[in-house]
Amino acid sequence: MSLKRNILDLRKRKEKVLQGGGEKAIQKQVAMGKLTARERVTSILDEDSFHEYDMFVEHEARDFGMEKKQLHGDGVIIGTGTIYGEPVCIFAQDFTVAGGSLGLMHARKITKIMDHALKMRVPLIGINDSGGARIQEGVNSLAGYGEIFFRNTLASGVIPQLSVILGPCAGGAVYSPALTDFVFVVENISKMFITGPEVIKTVLGEEISMEELGGAKVHSEITGNAHFYAQSEYECFEQIKKLLTFIPWHNAKKAKAFPPKPPKPEYKIEEIVPVDPTQPYDIRNVIRAISDDSDFFEIMENFARNIVIGFGRMNGETVGFVANQPMVLAGVLDCDSSDKAARFIRYCDSFNIPIVTLEDMPGYLPGVDQEHMGVIRHGAKILYAYSEATVPKITVIIRKAYGGGYIAMNSRHMKADFMFAWPTAEIAVMGPEGAANIIFRKEIMNAEDPEAMRKEKVAEYKEKFANPYVAAAKGYIDTVIEPEETRSMLLHSIEVSNNKVDRRPAKKHGIPPF
Amino acid sequence: MENLKEFNVDGTVYTTELTKKFERRKNWERPNPKNIMSFIPGTIVEIFVKEGQEVKAGESLMILEAMKMKNQIEMPFDGVIKKIHVEEGVKVPNKMLMVEIE
Repeated sequence: MSLKRNILDLRKRKEKVLQGGGEKAIQKQVAMGKLTARERVTSILDEDSFHEYDMFVEHEARDFGMEKKQLHGDGVIIGTGTIYGEPVCIFAQDFTVAGGSLGLMHARKITKIMDHALKMRVPLIGINDSGGARIQEGVNSLAGYGEIFFRNTLASGVIPQLSVILGPCAGGAVYSPALTDFVFVVENISKMFITGPEVIKTVLGEEISMEELGGAKVHSEITGNAHFYAQSEYECFEQIKKLLTFIPWHNAKKAKAFPPKPPKPEYKIEEIVPVDPTQPYDIRNVIRAISDDSDFFEIMENFARNIVIGFGRMNGETVGFVANQPMVLAGVLDCDSSDKAARFIRYCDSFNIPIVTLEDMPGYLPGVDQEHMGVIRHGAKILYAYSEATVPKITVIIRKAYGGGYIAMNSRHMKADFMFAWPTAEIAVMGPEGAANIIFRKEIMNAEDPEAMRKEKVAEYKEKFANPYVAAAKGYIDTVIEPEETRSMLLHSIEVSNNKVDRRPAKKHGIPPF
Repeated sequence: MENLKEFNVDGTVYTTELTKKFERRKNWERPNPKNIMSFIPGTIVEIFVKEGQEVKAGESLMILEAMKMKNQIEMPFDGVIKKIHVEEGVKVPNKMLMVEIE
């Protein structure tokens, strides 16, 4: 055999694998409005940067007629490539090959690229499009999932892990995305659930469509399982690439710095916030008014909208913003918003990203529903996350900072490095109405006109306590600033925190209120 | 900002949007011990009592099979079966009224 014949043979073998599940299966995939696994990988990565491994892997199943079936690449593509010139590891399940079902070798390919990503300290991107466990392979496919989950956990907080749901992701399979840092979903394409509509109907008699049960909207609005929602696969890929510009490649690195840019002039900070603390506004405009190029990259935009989280840049460096949203539920903390913020704070802390907290909230959400859902335990997550975080932590109190919420939102007492307040800040144990009713109960009850007395006492309390100066007098606030000074104070405080060292007691790990 | 509503937190009324999840929440109701509710979705496989029958605390009223487990539904106190809302073989959702007792 000449070398040329060997090469031609290799090319032929590769070509066969590149066809995935064959023409018919690919047509089906396209008819569902989906790209093929290879198109997805090459669209996310820099042009011509993808290098594939384990193309010739074959399954070893010998039961149920599987020995006669050849599954190209065993239904998954793995490899390395670059995004904006930086290396990443990637895997993509190929729905055209046996429905992307996960067998032993399929899982081994995934764990191989996961091990590589962790060893090389590069991000891992996983594209999920699979019917689930390959039933014919029995417990071997369960073992495969287990090995993946274990590695997800090992890599957590060391390298970024992104899960992209571009098809069904059902049963046990959902737990790999759930263990990763960011989950991306696309309208009409992503479906995630533990138990599908069929089973729910036969066992429980509840009728629901796949979309209503576990579609992209459900996971980005109701369950909080997804972090990014897109209308199309291409929009989703842009989100992935944009996210990667904000985060470091591993936990011993800082995110890449960009050339500093001023905010856009149309965001005028003094015009955004109404002085009346009961009037709403969009806190994201305040973030845009202080971040470079007014570029705010929001995470979990549609879930627990009463808190806003996301990345921006200040002087070219990535910062994580956590901000109460007065426009939604008056910006209260509740089970969902605490959970959302706490996880993001821990992400920033793991990956050396300074946290800027913008505070304007009336406290925790009252109600039986919240209490019984465990607002104590969930609310505690935010306290835990802020207390534990040792990255630079800066808070700006814009208007309301009442009660438990004041403590929770990165207060001095959670060891904030810098605490700033606007002159409109109201830092108090509770809102003036509630406080006056308790403190002056007797005076109000005994007055000739209780309603007039109540108003008087509320005004008195507001005057005396609903301001930043009581807290500033104790040093709980470092300085009261004019709204216009917010950006320059933040830039300065981040700059001087650059070499922050803050050590915590050595431990195996804490026990956060999961 | 659309659909601004009034929203009371500790006596102060704020103007704000609400979330779908918040709007869909159910108001809490005090459970009535005379109403026996399903505690899990499943199937009624057998009913042991009739309306008007006197039953002692701890006796089994029916079997609610769910997740492959046959759950005995017990009488919570000595009493009389007032009304049975389910039949053998029917599927019941969670928190459905199955039996009224007195």
